[in-house]
Amino acid sequence: MLEVQGLHTHYGRAEILADVSFAVGAGEVVALLGRNGAGKSTTLKSIMRLVRPTKGEVTFLGERISRLDPYQICRRGLGYVPEDRRIFTDLTVVENLEVARQAPRAGAPLWTLERLFHLFPNLAERRHRSARAMSGGEQQMLTVARTLMGNPRAILLDEPSEGLAPVIVEQMARAVQELKAEGVTIVLSEQNLHFAAVVADRAIIIEKGRIRYTGTMRAALADETVRATYLMV
Amino acid sequence: MGFYVVQFLTGLASAASLFLVASGLTIIFGVTRVVNFAHGSFYMLGAFIAYSLVKTLPLGPTGFWVGVVLAALAVGVIGVVMEVTILRRIYQAPELFQLVATFGVVMVAKDAALLFWGPEDRLGPRAPGLNKAIELFGSRVPEYDLVVIALGFVVLGLLWLLFNRTRWGAVVRAATQDREMLSALGINQKLLFTAVFFLGSVLAGLGGALQLPRASVSHQMDLSIIATVFVVVVLGGMGSIPGAFLAAVIISELSAFGILIFPKITLVLMFLVMVVVLVARPFGILGKPVPDVGEPVQSDETLTRLPSALGWAGYVAVVALLLAIPMLLSEFYLVLWTQVFIFALFAASLHFIMGGGGMVSFGHAAYFGLGGYGCAMLLVRAGLPMEATLLLAPVVAAAGAALFGYFCVRLSGVYMAMLSLAFAQIVWSVVFQWSDVTGGEDGVNRVWPSPWAKDRVVFYYLTLTLAAVGIFTLWRLLFAPFGYTLRAGRDSPMRAESIGIDIRFHRWLAFIISGAAAGVAGSLLALAKGFVGPTWVDIPRSIDALMMVLIGGVQTLVGPILGALTFVILEDRLSAFDYWRSAFGLIIILICVLMPKGIVGSGRALIGRLGLGGGGER
Repeated sequence: MLEVQGLHTHYGRAEILADVSFAVGAGEVVALLGRNGAGKSTTLKSIMRLVRPTKGEVTFLGERISRLDPYQICRRGLGYVPEDRRIFTDLTVVENLEVARQAPRAGAPLWTLERLFHLFPNLAERRHRSARAMSGGEQQMLTVARTLMGNPRAILLDEPSEGLAPVIVEQMARAVQELKAEGVTIVLSEQNLHFAAVVADRAIIIEKGRIRYTGTMRAALADETVRATYLMV
Repeated sequence: MGFYVVQFLTGLASAASLFLVASGLTIIFGVTRVVNFAHGSFYMLGAFIAYSLVKTLPLGPTGFWVGVVLAALAVGVIGVVMEVTILRRIYQAPELFQLVATFGVVMVAKDAALLFWGPEDRLGPRAPGLNKAIELFGSRVPEYDLVVIALGFVVLGLLWLLFNRTRWGAVVRAATQDREMLSALGINQKLLFTAVFFLGSVLAGLGGALQLPRASVSHQMDLSIIATVFVVVVLGGMGSIPGAFLAAVIISELSAFGILIFPKITLVLMFLVMVVVLVARPFGILGKPVPDVGEPVQSDETLTRLPSALGWAGYVAVVALLLAIPMLLSEFYLVLWTQVFIFALFAASLHFIMGGGGMVSFGHAAYFGLGGYGCAMLLVRAGLPMEATLLLAPVVAAAGAALFGYFCVRLSGVYMAMLSLAFAQIVWSVVFQWSDVTGGEDGVNRVWPSPWAKDRVVFYYLTLTLAAVGIFTLWRLLFAPFGYTLRAGRDSPMRAESIGIDIRFHRWLAFIISGAAAGVAGSLLALAKGFVGPTWVDIPRSIDALMMVLIGGVQTLVGPILGALTFVILEDRLSAFDYWRSAFGLIIILICVLMPKGIVGSGRALIGRLGLGGGGER
């Protein structure tokens, strides 16, 4: 479904990604693991073309998307949830969602406001309130719900559990599992190994901008050297 | 009683028209972050186009309103053309480039109006059926004014509905906050920008067209309204439509009643109010902090290295070459080169705070003008010798910079730039209205150098010496600890403050030094021309300085100097032609589009691409 091939990204003269390649199959949940600054977020941003990679190709559903603008990539059915949430605080919850609405898409679940409020009940209570007044957890739910309004076939989920209370992390994990059940393909970047262990099928470990390990989540967790070298547990 | 009511309503009618124009500007700025100087030109074109349409449309009484609406739409199309052909190519460039490009459009629009409508002012027809006046408390109010007031409220209501009750409105509000996120959510930014430009320009055109029965259409409408509109937008809070409405009412009533109480300082009043409001509320009455603005200079490779010994040797060689010019060229070129030096110093003074401190001034002409007027006053009115005035005039400019800068350095980004523009307009208003002392519109004549310096060659050397000393001093300061401190404040104000640097104080000092240098340039030009006038402090002069800095390349030391050189020579070459202004404007636009890093920056990039540069720097 999503193939990344030889992605190189630089910030100024600093090399952030070096030759990052991986593929994600339809309906898979893949966790991009690694330490702070390893290049997880940059990988997702590079796929979305929010940062411009210096080299490399990205294919989505058989189409090369690495020359498109972010909005075109989104309209092909690839959603993006940023790590710093970036909700529109001047808008209400419903307005935040409406802004991201796209036409129904073949091969992807169709999301309505009601379905999203069912998935994230906290949002329903605040639908006409300003998004500014929400807690961090609620903002995180809103940012996921907002991306779903585009009826994506796959989403890039950047650190969905970061800075959240354990209860909310649990809710978020349940939401990810529901999305998976709906057939949405998910690539998520995580530092929280427990979260990843619960939701992901496969693990890709990235360090200093290079991919160090690819395998099933279970195998990664079982492998002592992997755990000790990259996952600090 | 009746008189005051009428005065109030007249003010409100002006406010309605002002609001239309200002809301357009504020919408455009909110979404695209472009400070659109051409907005005033759109207002003027709206009035001119409406004038022609209303005259020629064979529709009888409805013709007036059809004409007004069509004119507004036509201006909308002009706005779209500007956005698509020019701005779209330079959104990636430093923000101020777009401003410079829109100023190029101002020049082109001015000539276009001259070409199509001739140089005379045009008196529009009255609105059919609304040419009477209504009796209110024993005084008479034109019916049309009441209609305009009503329209102002209607447009306010419609805009409110558009922005708060439609998805498109929500998208626009989201765009004022985070455009990049919006694009990742599937919104086509390009289309959104174009649509926003259309809407904003329509509003400007409508504001102009509606003025038709109220005032004659003139060629001065563009820049006379743009300053007021900036004040309204900044006062209300950039991006806030209700704020623009509120501020339009405040400003219009202020001038409606101000003229009764302080007839002498009406022009100053508006800007004083702006200063007071911005000091109390740095983001305007209803504004919020603007995200992503305030870093107008790309900081990654800006002025990181002191020129090498070889570089300094090169500069000395250039000066030596310039010393030889009088032996090589005719007197005409001496005068031209004298001006180049003066403007190079002026540009370098602005670059000092822009490149070094990340502070943008839209009103640097204030200090240039203070220097010029200071020189003229001291020489002609006080009878001091030239040598003394050359020492004292920069002090006058520095004093002005100290006063204005004290307030400016409290703000950042566009707000700071706008405040500096307001201060420059205050100086302009004082110079213009206080004619007993400043000569008003006529300026001050017979500002001649001392007999020993009257000779063109001597004056050439005098200017070269002062400009070179001034420029080298500014450069040296940029690479002294003072300059490092400034740049620390520019690149990371929070970190700089946390290690104990008083950024405000350093910025203020930089502002004063810059003002003094601009003052030297101003006094030199006064002596070179033997004259100072209010145009020295006017908006175009401030924009000139901005253009020189940006066209040359703000990231470099030599950029502003080359910018000044290009600028003076272009102006000299072109001014012989009838429509030189539009030619000049077009060249400015072309430079902006083709060389988004400025002449020096783009030249370096070209050399790099051709593989001529020695490769890896550092």
